Amino acid sequence: MASDEAALTLAPARPAPWRDPKLRAIAYQIVFVAAVVGAVGFLVHNMLGNISRQNIATGFGFLRKEAAFGIGESLIPYSPADTYGRAFLVGLSNTLYVAALGIVLATILGTVMGLARLSGNWLVAKLAQIYVETFRNIPLLLQLFFWWGLLNTAAPAPRQAWQVLPDVFVSNRGIAYPVPVASPAYKWMALAVVVALALLVPLRRWAAARQAATGRQFPRGWAGLGIVLGLPLIVFVAFGAPFALSVPSLHGFNFSGGSAVSPEFAALLLGLVIYSGTFIAEIVRAGILAVSWGQSEAAMALGLKSGQRMRLVVLPQALRVIVPPLTSQYLSLTKNSSLAVAIGFPDLVSIANTTMNQTGQAIEGIAMIMAVYLFISLSISLAMNLYNRAVALVER
Amino acid sequence: MADIAQDIPVVRQAPPPRSTRALGWLRVHLFSSVFNSILTLLAVGLLAAAVPPLVRWALIDAIWSAPNGQACHAGGACWAFIGEKMRFILFGRYPADQEWRPIAVVAIFIAMIAAACVRPLWGRRLAVVWFAGLSAAFLLMAGGLPGLRPVETGLWSGLPLTLILAVIAMLFGFPLGVLLALGRRSRLPAVRGICVGYIELVRGVPLITVLFMASLMLPLFLPAGVTIDKVLRAQVAFILFAAAYLAEVVRGGLQAIPKGQIEAADALGLSYLQRTRLIVLPQALAMVIPPLVNTFIGMFKDTSLVLIVSLFDLLGATEFALTDSNWQGFAVEADVFIAAIYWSFCFFMSRYSQLLEREFNRGKQR
Amino acid sequence: MSDAKATPGPTQGAMIELQAVHKWYGDFHVLRDINLQVQKGEKVVVCGPSGSGKSTMIRCVNRLEEHQQGRIVVAGIELNADMKNIEAIRREVGMVFQQFNLFPHLTVLQNLTLAPIWVRKLPKKEAEETARYYLERVRIPDQADKYPGQLSGGQQQRVAIARSLCMKPEIMLFDEPTSALAPEMIKEVLDVMIGLAEDGMTMVCVTHEMGFARTVADMMVFMDRGEVIERAPPKDFFANPKNERTRTFLSQILTH
Ligand SMILES: Nc1ncnc2c1ncn2[C@@H]1O[C@H](COP(=O)(O)OP(=O)(O)O)[C@@H](O)[C@H]1O
Ligand SMILES: [Mg+2]
Repeated sequence: MASDEAALTLAPARPAPWRDPKLRAIAYQIVFVAAVVGAVGFLVHNMLGNISRQNIATGFGFLRKEAAFGIGESLIPYSPADTYGRAFLVGLSNTLYVAALGIVLATILGTVMGLARLSGNWLVAKLAQIYVETFRNIPLLLQLFFWWGLLNTAAPAPRQAWQVLPDVFVSNRGIAYPVPVASPAYKWMALAVVVALALLVPLRRWAAARQAATGRQFPRGWAGLGIVLGLPLIVFVAFGAPFALSVPSLHGFNFSGGSAVSPEFAALLLGLVIYSGTFIAEIVRAGILAVSWGQSEAAMALGLKSGQRMRLVVLPQALRVIVPPLTSQYLSLTKNSSLAVAIGFPDLVSIANTTMNQTGQAIEGIAMIMAVYLFISLSISLAMNLYNRAVALVER
Repeated sequence: MADIAQDIPVVRQAPPPRSTRALGWLRVHLFSSVFNSILTLLAVGLLAAAVPPLVRWALIDAIWSAPNGQACHAGGACWAFIGEKMRFILFGRYPADQEWRPIAVVAIFIAMIAAACVRPLWGRRLAVVWFAGLSAAFLLMAGGLPGLRPVETGLWSGLPLTLILAVIAMLFGFPLGVLLALGRRSRLPAVRGICVGYIELVRGVPLITVLFMASLMLPLFLPAGVTIDKVLRAQVAFILFAAAYLAEVVRGGLQAIPKGQIEAADALGLSYLQRTRLIVLPQALAMVIPPLVNTFIGMFKDTSLVLIVSLFDLLGATEFALTDSNWQGFAVEADVFIAAIYWSFCFFMSRYSQLLEREFNRGKQR
Repeated sequence: MSDAKATPGPTQGAMIELQAVHKWYGDFHVLRDINLQVQKGEKVVVCGPSGSGKSTMIRCVNRLEEHQQGRIVVAGIELNADMKNIEAIRREVGMVFQQFNLFPHLTVLQNLTLAPIWVRKLPKKEAEETARYYLERVRIPDQADKYPGQLSGGQQQRVAIARSLCMKPEIMLFDEPTSALAPEMIKEVLDVMIGLAEDGMTMVCVTHEMGFARTVADMMVFMDRGEVIERAPPKDFFANPKNERTRTFLSQILTH
């Protein structure tokens, strides 16, 4: 009978509900969600019970209370009289600062080492390989302890500080280095850099238009570099080249003048850069090797010169391979910066840890750390996806 | 053809003489251009500046035995400290008179890992060996049998703890990771959503937060009166953490299975479970063995973080050994020593993973 | 009522019956009003330009694709969302793919015994006997313990055919089984298919091997843009195609 109906309407007949894959799918999902919700509910129920039994405070009210602990270094003004909320901000800014600096430096180190491993120079390639294989295979936390121990215990007191570079002193108080004395010229130079960067756009357009019209190539790279460096230089000279360095010098038991970073910050940055640098070196190397030799040969056969070959053929393809793993490396560097808590650098996690110990509000503390890192991770993933989409479009 | 070739007189010409071999090698590999020569000189300069002081510190000026810390400060490395503290660094607070037990456990673990690296052994027999090995290791560590004094987990420390945390995390995280990966590729949106959410949540936050969560929040999650061991708490954190990373590794393998494989299985009438178990997983997992080894290396290094939740793994025991007031200021020596332990293990495993990868690639080209 | 249909009863009439079948990919109407009957033992060859919906049509027969309108009855079983029916039909219908789709992690013998053991629940011994019998029939009895990667394309495709036959299907579907093969291997696969046809298997083949079609087909079906344009016995089909599009198509593939 059912088949007669089906023949009339010519619509596929519905099966018995328990043999209908669509209904089954819905049933499976309901069971799965119910199981997950049940398990989470059980945990939350226990948690609420435990919280009320142990009289643990809840809510984020503590953020407005006085923190009453000092923070060794901070990018924004802070004193123990400030709130937990402000302390949290200090930690966040420290995390972002060390992560951003670490990403820049690790990229430079990793790229140099990755290229060095591909170098035809045997000695250079070997040294780069030793660097990569040594530091990649030792836990980062151990490396942090090592650098911190080296700076804190093995390094001498400021009086006998090691002078590693002219006017750069390493002691158990950290690393002291010279900085230029502030001058109004610098502000204008910064502005000049911005102007120069803005000028690059019309320059590029003009060069492309000229090439289209006459076929002549314009050395865009060099001209651009010239503008970006030259314009600030002109401003600098126009201000009478005000170049005064504030040099660290020993006063009593410590250095004054110049600028200094704490052993904790130095150890954290050094560890992050050296450890992540090994992974970035491998990513760069693999990316360049992934561009087949055939591509280079084809470019050679077309008569492109070595620089053009790299810029027009190899790099664009290598970047497509390099960028995704590089991004995840940046993410792990940022997450790894949380190891600061072990050597006492006041990053987000370390301040949240102190807060949790003082207030006993572990749940809120951990929730805040997780929210911040998730936000960072998701933003970077989003940027990554946008980049991938852009690259995919170029591909077609 | 062959006889024609014989008729033509062949003029054999030797290749042009190459410069003496060593000199030629140097020219090609170190001084091929001005830029390369400068690089070579810089590298030699760097080596000349770094190697002699290092050798002097580590070997020439080093002190190999000393009664106490004060007698050990002489400009060179104090290896006497390592000799003094070796037992504590390796086995931590485990009762000293029971030392043979952690030694045996480490030996068992190393033997099991070595066995797992021998491909002909892969299969059911290896699983049996591992099951037996793990049971034996656990019994040895915990004791409780006649003749074996019970030792509470709070005293488990040093290298055995490091090995246990890493290996168990992989072993238990793996099935969980496979399920998560399958869930992430499921056609059921609710299952997919929850799996994606879990994976991204765990991978998006630092391991430390997962450890904090396990050590601070896990007790709150349990019903009143139920307590959970500190080591177990950390172990749970590592399992949950490893599962998320393993899920992504496995997903890579699942994605590489051609659609035709699934269609063929469907056309033969296999069900979802049969298809997954017989066709999809065997291929997907075989493909991801090298990255699985890499994940294991990562986990092994990551176990060092338990020190932050005050467990005494290899690194934790070392840091504790450094607090001895009779032996102050030997952090560098101690760090170098355990770095060598971590390094040997990770280096061996990563070489092994590279070897596997090369073999697999060769297999693919056939 | 539906239970009665789930068991492949004595075949009254067609082995495969498609009635007014429609299918869309999103807004794209890939199958339009397909009507087709295949009798027991009949051999149907489907041809048509690339993208005309040939694969989609035969994949609807064993539910690798889902049709959205119309009726499909295979071996007496109505094909609808009922999982029981889908399982039953897949047991009765063998399929051979253009890309072989052998399981590379299993030996040839394991490829052949997998479905009989897990789907038909045959004892392993019996499944292996059947497998060896069919390996003999596709003329590679000595390759049983090799892996697919160690075989040539032609051998792989013959293993794929044997794999389907091991399920003792009533119907075999072929989706361009020789298109991925080097010319010298096409014949060995076609010979196996001809042998199968001679034994009376019900077959639907998507192929452009017109020589094969002439010798084997009882019925030619020409598809274009999702429609069945023409249907005729091979003699008429090749001698005087009625439709303009058929003529163009035939002139294109026969001049090559
Ligand atoms: N999964 C899919 N999603 C969207 N369009 C599809 C899909 N599969 C096939 N098509 C389209 O359906 C049409 C018919 O495909 P197919 O049946 O494979 O043609 P044939 O086998 O005759 O070459 C083609 O235009 C193809 O692009
Ligand atoms: Mg097709």
